Amino acid sequence: MEITVNDTSYTIDVEPEMPLLWVLRDELGITGPKYGCGIAQCGACTVHVNGYAVRSCQLAVGDLGDSKVKTIEGLGTPDSLHMVQESWIEHQVAQCGYCQSGQIMQAASLLSTTPNPTDDQIDAAMSGNLCRCGTYPRIRTAVKAAAKKLQEV
Amino acid sequence: MGRLRTITRRTFLIGSAAIAGGVVFGTYLAKRPIKNPLLSDLQEGEAAITPYVQIEANGVTLITPRADKGQGAYSMQAQLIAEELDIDPATAKLSPGMPGPAYYNGTVLEESVPFPAYDQSAMAENVRKFMHVPAKILAMQITGGSSTVPDGFVKLRMAGAIARETLKEAAAQQSGITRDQLKTEDGVVVFPDGTRVPYTELASAAAGIEPVTEVELRPQSDWKFLGKPVQRIDMPAKCTGTEKYGIDISIEGMVHAAVRANPGLGAKVESFDASVAESMRGVHKVLPVENGVAVIADNTWRAWRAVDAIDIKWAAGPYPASTHEVFAEIEKVVNSEEHRDHRQRDEGDVTAALDEGDVFEALYKVPYLAHAPMEPMNAIVKVTDDQCEIWTGTQIPLFVRDHAAEMTGLDKDKVFVYVQPMGGSFGHKLEDTHVLQAVEIAQALKGTAVKLVWSREEDMTHDYLRPGAVAKGRGTVVDGKVEAFDLSVGQSALLPDWFGRLMGMNIPGPDATITTGSWDQPFAIPNYRVTGYRAPAMVPISSWRSVGASGNGFFHDSLLDELIHKAGADPLAERIRLCLDDTSRKVLEKVGEISGWNGPFISENRGRGVAFCLSFGVPAAIVTEVTRTDAGLKIDKVYVVVDVGDVLDPINLEAQVFGGVIFGMAHAMNCETTFENHAAQQDNYHAYEGMRLYQVPEFEIVALNNAEKIRGIGEPGVPPAAPSLGNAIFAATGQRIRELPFNKHIDFV
Repeated sequence: MEITVNDTSYTIDVEPEMPLLWVLRDELGITGPKYGCGIAQCGACTVHVNGYAVRSCQLAVGDLGDSKVKTIEGLGTPDSLHMVQESWIEHQVAQCGYCQSGQIMQAASLLSTTPNPTDDQIDAAMSGNLCRCGTYPRIRTAVKAAAKKLQEV
Repeated sequence: MGRLRTITRRTFLIGSAAIAGGVVFGTYLAKRPIKNPLLSDLQEGEAAITPYVQIEANGVTLITPRADKGQGAYSMQAQLIAEELDIDPATAKLSPGMPGPAYYNGTVLEESVPFPAYDQSAMAENVRKFMHVPAKILAMQITGGSSTVPDGFVKLRMAGAIARETLKEAAAQQSGITRDQLKTEDGVVVFPDGTRVPYTELASAAAGIEPVTEVELRPQSDWKFLGKPVQRIDMPAKCTGTEKYGIDISIEGMVHAAVRANPGLGAKVESFDASVAESMRGVHKVLPVENGVAVIADNTWRAWRAVDAIDIKWAAGPYPASTHEVFAEIEKVVNSEEHRDHRQRDEGDVTAALDEGDVFEALYKVPYLAHAPMEPMNAIVKVTDDQCEIWTGTQIPLFVRDHAAEMTGLDKDKVFVYVQPMGGSFGHKLEDTHVLQAVEIAQALKGTAVKLVWSREEDMTHDYLRPGAVAKGRGTVVDGKVEAFDLSVGQSALLPDWFGRLMGMNIPGPDATITTGSWDQPFAIPNYRVTGYRAPAMVPISSWRSVGASGNGFFHDSLLDELIHKAGADPLAERIRLCLDDTSRKVLEKVGEISGWNGPFISENRGRGVAFCLSFGVPAAIVTEVTRTDAGLKIDKVYVVVDVGDVLDPINLEAQVFGGVIFGMAHAMNCETTFENHAAQQDNYHAYEGMRLYQVPEFEIVALNNAEKIRGIGEPGVPPAAPSLGNAIFAATGQRIRELPFNKHIDFV
């Protein structure tokens, strides 16, 4: 089976029902997407499939077809940050940081479809992403700041 | 490196370690210096002047032995060392180092003394100091109890200062210019003529001289990093998916393991049938482990699928089968003299006062709670005939080492624990059952690295929980004032459970956690009594973010609030009137000021609650504003005031405060772990939701600095969170909820 992740194509030999998350982490060594719950309750595994936020723990790799996958590693790097990551760092969002890959991928997806979200739209888009450290107040601030940045570009 | 030099250096490093570790305690064992653990594998040209600073040709490494589970400990420790070392912590390499007795936590046991934190009399202070002795003798390298800052505040700056002055001395001896003419900045020694020599070039010379241990710490007015808004060092990695947690690590040739252990914690496997599992794709092996069965496979998902396919017959758990039965046992001990554990507060004549007045009585209850950090328990272990290597995130690296040594029969110094950053813990990683499972499996697969990852379900059903507890409150009011306050708390004893598992020790005497956060509050009530009653050991229990104070904060402040309402007094004004500690009183006054407090009533369907708890030496007061809507209760805004003494990292302090408050409120809103047939019923986040973004209130946070001692802030935000919400619910709705979680009685929006 062939899949495309972060613009690189990989050949994998796995069961089609294997969740994308575990293909990424164990077969390809792409560990930015995290395992938190395995049942789409926490959002730590969020990646983009054709640009939209998807819970990779719930997507069977066999259902991917020729869709393109982007993980946090493909969004931006420490040397070349995406605006959302820049905003996250400026507002010092992360504590343990484990959920933040998913939070950032979710926020980037929201802003790509809704460049100037209202508070309610932020709540609706981001409430599926759990944070046990309670970084939420800064997530809210960072999403708004990123929206502003993206509009200034 | 020559032996003579090793000995010389070890001698002086012992000197600096003794100073860095602080003080002489009057017992032989505690006086005995601890060797610098960095010395054992130094290469030629490298220096380890203190156990916290290692200098090599290509850079400076700051050793940060307190584990980072999200609270920012690595950054904080690096800033403390760097402040005196004169180096930008962002340019240094950070390493947790190898675990060692030199990194014992002297402060962590201070909380267990029978003096409230506001008592700073000579006697109380001496007893606290004495608690450093067992911490050192028992080599307690523990991260917990909000102690990283208080324990490291002097020690880590001294380590930086000794290293700096020794580097200057090395430069002085090489150049003939006296040390006092030299300056340091940004990792270089600066000569009077402006010549700059990097520390890295002085490492070799510094390694060969006596360290300079007569150093003075800089005054606060000279601080460059401490007290200033700085960026956390781990922030870029955590925002780009490049931070490597234990669960992200791969070791050459490793295999993946899954475990299914008895959900009746501590009970055996009676029998199992793995025939289906053994034939599944990718499965190498199925083997029994202590109280469970393990699968070895070629990836995590296949191992988990296979372990699900094993048919296992479990023995019954060694405690009452249901939550209902467990709480019945706890309720039985409350006010039963035969089960009295301790009474550390008994002022006035409570019995007489309760005989006279119209007695108010109420029963409060808090549930057992899982830790449920986002990163589930995991470990990689490789055992060979000669050594055992362990990669894991842990708060107790030396206990992990010792337990693995015991299991493998290897010497302790042949067990290497590489501590990894943690995706949360909240006290979960003060336990090591998962590591020992991985050691057991790795022993059966000698020479192969084994990576064990608990599924979320395995994690939440095999947690050692925050204990459930029950409290009976009684009191009277006279002339609009609280006259008598009597709180009786029942709970299983926590320290014997935890110490028993970690150290195989029986801890005699009372268990302070039963009343931590209630007996030690800074109030003067004419008749004031707090008693702890010990329930039998049942479900295994452990620490948890603010543990004893997390339940007792709710008990104490809820009862106080009820009595104040009964007296017809103002909830904030009466707390201020009763408060006997200046620092705490100012915290209460400040929270009144920033919240514009003018009573619990705001407007129709809107109310506010105030709560206070002194925990880990930090007074924390919260005012929470809520609105009753048709769909449920909305938490609008939360005002928090704390006092940690001087604030070392204002940005991270704020994060720890709102994080702690959210943690406290989230569990109070909707979390509990209950048991049926000995098994925990909440096995994933759908049943243990916590707070979601849409429910998060606005925050306003102030840190005062009236306190004399410097304190940690990872936990103190938690205890007053639940009662402030409960008191606010009462103010807005008239409904007094005495049992957590609140959502048993009210919906939240």
